[in-house]
Amino acid sequence: MSIGAKDLCTEEFFYGHKACAGCGGSLAVRNALKVLGKNAVAVLPAGCMSAVGFNFPQLCFGNNAIISTFAGTASMLTGIEAGFRARGIENFTAVGFAGDGGTADIGIQALSGAIDRNDNIIYICYDNEAYMNTGIQKSGLTPFGAKTTTTPAGKNIRGNIRPKKNMFEIAAAHDIPYAATATVGYMNDFLNKVKKASEIKGTKYIHVIAPCPTGWGIPVSDTVEAAKEIADCGLWYLAEYENGEFTLNHDPKEFTDVAAYLKKQGRFRHLTDEDISIIIKSRDEKWKKIRNEWQG
Amino acid sequence: MTPYIRDKKVFGFEDIPENTAFEAGYLVTVNSGWRSIRPVIDREKCTGCRQCYLYCPDGVISIKEGKAEIDYDFCKGCGICSKICKLNVINMEEER
Amino acid sequence: MAKKFLSGDEAFAEGIRLAKPDVISAYPITPQTIVVERLSEMVEDGSLKSEFIHVESEHSALSCAMGASAAGVRAFTATSSQGLLYMAECLTYASGGRFPIVMMNANRATALPWNIYGDQRDSLSLLDSGWIQAYAENAQESLDLALMSYYIAENEKVSTPFMVNLDGFIVTHTYEEVDVPEVSLAEKYLPPYQTKNKLDLDEPKNMAFSAGPDHNYIFKFKEHRAMLDAVPVIDQAEKKFAEIFGRKYTGLIETYLTEDADHVIITLGSIAGLCRETADKLRAEGKKVGVIRIRYMRPFPVKELAEALKNVKSAAVLEKDISFGNEGTVYTNVNSALFRNGMLIPVYNFIGGLGGRNISPGDIENIFETIENGTSEKVNFIGIEVNPQ
Repeated sequence: MSIGAKDLCTEEFFYGHKACAGCGGSLAVRNALKVLGKNAVAVLPAGCMSAVGFNFPQLCFGNNAIISTFAGTASMLTGIEAGFRARGIENFTAVGFAGDGGTADIGIQALSGAIDRNDNIIYICYDNEAYMNTGIQKSGLTPFGAKTTTTPAGKNIRGNIRPKKNMFEIAAAHDIPYAATATVGYMNDFLNKVKKASEIKGTKYIHVIAPCPTGWGIPVSDTVEAAKEIADCGLWYLAEYENGEFTLNHDPKEFTDVAAYLKKQGRFRHLTDEDISIIIKSRDEKWKKIRNEWQG
Repeated sequence: MTPYIRDKKVFGFEDIPENTAFEAGYLVTVNSGWRSIRPVIDREKCTGCRQCYLYCPDGVISIKEGKAEIDYDFCKGCGICSKICKLNVINMEEER
Repeated sequence: MAKKFLSGDEAFAEGIRLAKPDVISAYPITPQTIVVERLSEMVEDGSLKSEFIHVESEHSALSCAMGASAAGVRAFTATSSQGLLYMAECLTYASGGRFPIVMMNANRATALPWNIYGDQRDSLSLLDSGWIQAYAENAQESLDLALMSYYIAENEKVSTPFMVNLDGFIVTHTYEEVDVPEVSLAEKYLPPYQTKNKLDLDEPKNMAFSAGPDHNYIFKFKEHRAMLDAVPVIDQAEKKFAEIFGRKYTGLIETYLTEDADHVIITLGSIAGLCRETADKLRAEGKKVGVIRIRYMRPFPVKELAEALKNVKSAAVLEKDISFGNEGTVYTNVNSALFRNGMLIPVYNFIGGLGGRNISPGDIENIFETIENGTSEKVNFIGIEVNPQ
């Protein structure tokens, strides 16, 4: 049965944190914890969410939570899960919240190891598409064309020249029990995916788009709108991988304007029509494949 | 448990724990000073639909007696609630 | 108590079987592999009820062990050389978090050039990582340290991770007769791990947090104090060990014929045996020589060394290590301890055994002779005549 805002517990587990106003990552963490409840044991690597949530004596998690090493989200989850089991505790959920860099770059090895062992954990990647905590540097999940402080947009190179790594399908390629994509723009979809993940045994991976107003160059009030629009214009998709099959959850009849999505964001403002046509082309190729190969 | 403001805010030598394990949800500071604008809910018109509650990154909105209510101690004034409100009953007003 | 013919790695695995960690996470690396193989077999045959986690790297090995420790259970890992360096980030995390994890490190040279043989540059380069560091001389001591390490690390005041070092191949792969204690005795020795330093559903915690400049400093002070608090606990651990198992250990250092010695070699690990044999030979020739084996590099035996060396005329520090651009790290530490105690005896440094290069009985005799005559530079490389300066 699907859940919505009414079904969430009234308790807040991520509260009083120092995330920037309008932070998409904090929204993802907050609501995932409200789905999982007080017995969630959260692991957060070095990154925005740990930096804003754990400054002794200001400790902003109401549930059990721990900062891991940057590369060690998944391996620490494994240890915690095994440790709790060794204590005979069963009613808990080991859940990790790592950013895009912490997941697709430095943490990918440990994540791959955990999926390989099929450890009973949920790994949530909140993807804001760059190393925001250190000041907007390019990560493996920074999209093509995006300007970051390490992929400046100049005369010779117009931002990041490589497309985003496909973490969802990388996770799926391990034949993981459950993987899903989501965005904080479609919160009910995200809540239900977290809920579903909590009911499946083995490793679960959820990749949620979580805009960063600071890094994306959008007003702080526009986080949710941007997170909706990225899916509406087809640069992101809502999908699941389960029992060896991909399922597309939402197949828009028509995409909204990609250029409109891009031009609202400071990080894409320099893009030329030619750059945008490259982005549209790669989007269309991806969707052609999705529509042909995935269940709808 | 929702984290909340504690009485003891200053930690000297003896109070600092031996290890890095401490009571969950221990708050010593508020975030209200971050705001330049604040959301104000028209309680007459609010239907308690929970959309603002669902999309608040700081979790500062709760539904009390069928209406949305804001914890101004921790609201940062981002304005997401105001944008998400379909009935347009949350106005962003200048902080004085 | 059963006598078995075991290598150092195997003996250590037997010790871990007796210590019964709840979680073992390890990644293979020569010359540590035998430990993880034996532990895997013990888990398979049911003689060890641990969760054995096949991690994909050393970084994950320790990260996973830290997760287990944060969950409040006993954790073990083992590594060597490059593996130790690869997990280095986690070492300071584990000590700062005060997670009493035990790690066996098979001392091995660090690249480049690649070399799998024993020297102590791997662990000595991490002296400042906040771990207790012990150095075993043989297989029996390896087994015994596996048990004692948990006793010491898990002491509430200490609550500090513990690295037990075994010389690569010389200890890890050399077979000796080893007393393997009964499980019931081991249970009598080592109580189950209990801690409040853990994630707990009834009393939820926020762990491994950040602390700003003012607070961070105090955390570090307390971490240092806890390491110093390990000194009396080591003594307590050894006394209880002797009561239950009948084997005696001598704390941070082990002295041999030093009471009336004029000239002493200070060293650590397996080479101490050869030093003692050489001392016996020279004693028979009327030379007043002795040997000190440092058993613990952290906490460092500052007082113990001063006491043992108080009537000595000269000393040599023999070590399988070099801190490039300076001198051997053990030498630096020994000199500092003596200076802090107001002692200004001549102490010489002999670097040898790097990359597993043999140190011969003749080399040891030479060291004794050289420090008696005072005929060498302060820092010497055994077998190399060229002065680096």
